[in-house]
Amino acid sequence: MTTQTAPEGVLVTTTSASTQTPPAPRPPETGRGPDSGSGSGSGDSSGVAGPPTPPRPRRLPSPIRPSAFGAEDVFLLVASAVSALCLVWIVFYQLTSLSGGLGFLVAWYLTFLALTWLGTAQMIERQVATDRVVGVVVVSAALLVIGIVLFIVVWVAAKAIPTIHWGALFTKDQKSFQVADPHALDHVGILHAIIGTFEQVGLAVLMGVPFAIATAIYLNEVKGFGSRTVRTVVTAMSGTPSVVAGIFIYSMLILTHVLSYSGFAASLALVVILLPSVTRVVEEVLRVVPSGLREASQALGAPEWRTVWSVVLPTARSGVVTAVLLGIARIVGETAPLLFTAFGSQVLNLSPFTHDQGALPLVIWSDVRQAQPVLIDLAFQAAFVLMCLVLILFVLARLFSRPRGRKGGWRRGDNRPAEDDLFARFIVPVPIQERTDP
Amino acid sequence: MTSTLPPPPAPVDPDRPAPFSGTPVLGEPGQIDAEGVCAWFGGRLVLESVDLVMAKSKVTALIGPSGCGKSTFLRILNRMHEVVPGAQLAGTVKLDGTDIYGPGQRAMETRRHIGMVFQKPNPFPAMTIAENVLAGLRFSRVSPASKDDLIEESLTKGGLWNEVKDRLGELGGALSGGQQQRLCIARSLAVKPRVLLMDEPCSALDPTSTLRIEQTIKEIADEVTVVIVTHNMQQAQRVSDQCAFFLAEENQPGRVIESGRTEKIFGEPTDQRTFDYVNGQFG
Repeated sequence: MTTQTAPEGVLVTTTSASTQTPPAPRPPETGRGPDSGSGSGSGDSSGVAGPPTPPRPRRLPSPIRPSAFGAEDVFLLVASAVSALCLVWIVFYQLTSLSGGLGFLVAWYLTFLALTWLGTAQMIERQVATDRVVGVVVVSAALLVIGIVLFIVVWVAAKAIPTIHWGALFTKDQKSFQVADPHALDHVGILHAIIGTFEQVGLAVLMGVPFAIATAIYLNEVKGFGSRTVRTVVTAMSGTPSVVAGIFIYSMLILTHVLSYSGFAASLALVVILLPSVTRVVEEVLRVVPSGLREASQALGAPEWRTVWSVVLPTARSGVVTAVLLGIARIVGETAPLLFTAFGSQVLNLSPFTHDQGALPLVIWSDVRQAQPVLIDLAFQAAFVLMCLVLILFVLARLFSRPRGRKGGWRRGDNRPAEDDLFARFIVPVPIQERTDP
Repeated sequence: MTSTLPPPPAPVDPDRPAPFSGTPVLGEPGQIDAEGVCAWFGGRLVLESVDLVMAKSKVTALIGPSGCGKSTFLRILNRMHEVVPGAQLAGTVKLDGTDIYGPGQRAMETRRHIGMVFQKPNPFPAMTIAENVLAGLRFSRVSPASKDDLIEESLTKGGLWNEVKDRLGELGGALSGGQQQRLCIARSLAVKPRVLLMDEPCSALDPTSTLRIEQTIKEIADEVTVVIVTHNMQQAQRVSDQCAFFLAEENQPGRVIESGRTEKIFGEPTDQRTFDYVNGQFG
């Protein structure tokens, strides 16, 4: 920044010399890429350095990225994989009488690792071989996880989408369902469950999130009496099986006739699950807010609540929003706490405070076990809708957790490249500006 | 540079009565008298009986090697020391005769009169440049007569106005390190403090930014008393009117070895240790 605002042509020349062979004075338009914030002034002043000759396009060498992983290495991996397959096949099915697909796959994978190590050690050296094997393990573990997730998503979508009657799914409940009606999907939907889930989750968020944020502030900002105990309790709470949360509300409020089966009772059970998970994440988010900001605020004479409200929370805004969205995603699919609180209903019940209410997880849970193919289809459709909801929440969480654009905002560490930059560098080819000769 | 300034105050005398005890006026430079200031961290004495007068409208530099209690002393002056868990202190600190640790004195009120700039630039990242400047007023629920005037005035005093006047709506984190630090100075000046404490304000900055901030310090010295902690002896010589040399000898708490006019501390120190330190023999 400082070098840019300096009007001398000398400084500007050195910056261009780093990327080009002849140290020629810089022409007017060659801004320094995306970070030329106050570039308008420097562009004018550097034009003074050279005579205003028309710029001439100049050929650049094509950019390269030195890589340690070439065709030879790919060949080595493929060769290891193929030879491992042959070797294991011979041992598995010809020499011994083993059987079973999973065992074969595991044996193949391990042999593949061993052969990769041996091959690389022979062709290159042992350090590189170990490095390569660890790399293969890490990459394959990541691929396995992605594969499982994709499999679940694609499988549910494939089961659900062909049977969906879009007109009915979001507008009808299960009231008019009749046994052995092959066209039931025309007039049966999951509106009651969608409404129920939205109301239960919404109430849980309204009740749980303020408490969760307040608890996180208590743990990290106030650090008051017993905060260590509170933290332990919160941690223990986040390990509570969700069915216990349901039983808790059931035995405390429903059996004692304080509440009847209702969406509200369900949302109370969901709060028990939401509270610790959101609290922990928000606490982590608040912890990474630099303590210098708190000191600065205090040194300006701000009371503690002001510091938290005007400095700490705005700084951690995106993190807090992410925490809340992830918390919602966590509870939206909970089934166990709803079983004996919302209880599930086949008909639309708009009020969360009276009578039992449906919910997406309950539809899945109850319908997928029925002997009616139509209901099984409906359960898969509900699962698909639920998955889409969670997906939307995660996408929102990603959007909010992004740093606030090029203008700056707070970055952890001083010069951490923004996420967008990394993305641009690895996925999108970096546009190279036309350089010109004077 | 100090030769043109009015004669410096007399050497520190702990028994001297408070020189001024009128009602504190916001915006007037103030004088700080520290008497017998001691500090502890977790029961360990780190600073022992410091007596120091930081005269009105003067720049006082606190110099000395690391770990000798300069920053601790500075933080005691605006009650930021007590924020640290396990920190204790003793002694009196008077702002124009009023003991800031006296009964009924509130830390927040004190900090409004005695501002502070930290080692690491810390503009509020979620606020724009303009909001950063106004933050102190917002925190103390004071609304200025004209926000725009105040922003311009504070940023001009902080030496940043010309660089940012067209981008007041940008976030504070978008500035360079040196600009951020000047924004922090402007932010501290916006509440019109009577004393400005600076804890190594240039140690994270390059020479150009350092020079710019030193200019700023000289410019604001008329309106606000400045106390600056620095490791850079040239800087202390350049900006300060008076100096205090802190030293913590082995297994000893930090003490003030010598204090007085900057020319004297650097030119003809009375203590051998001061002479060694300012001449680069150690530290």
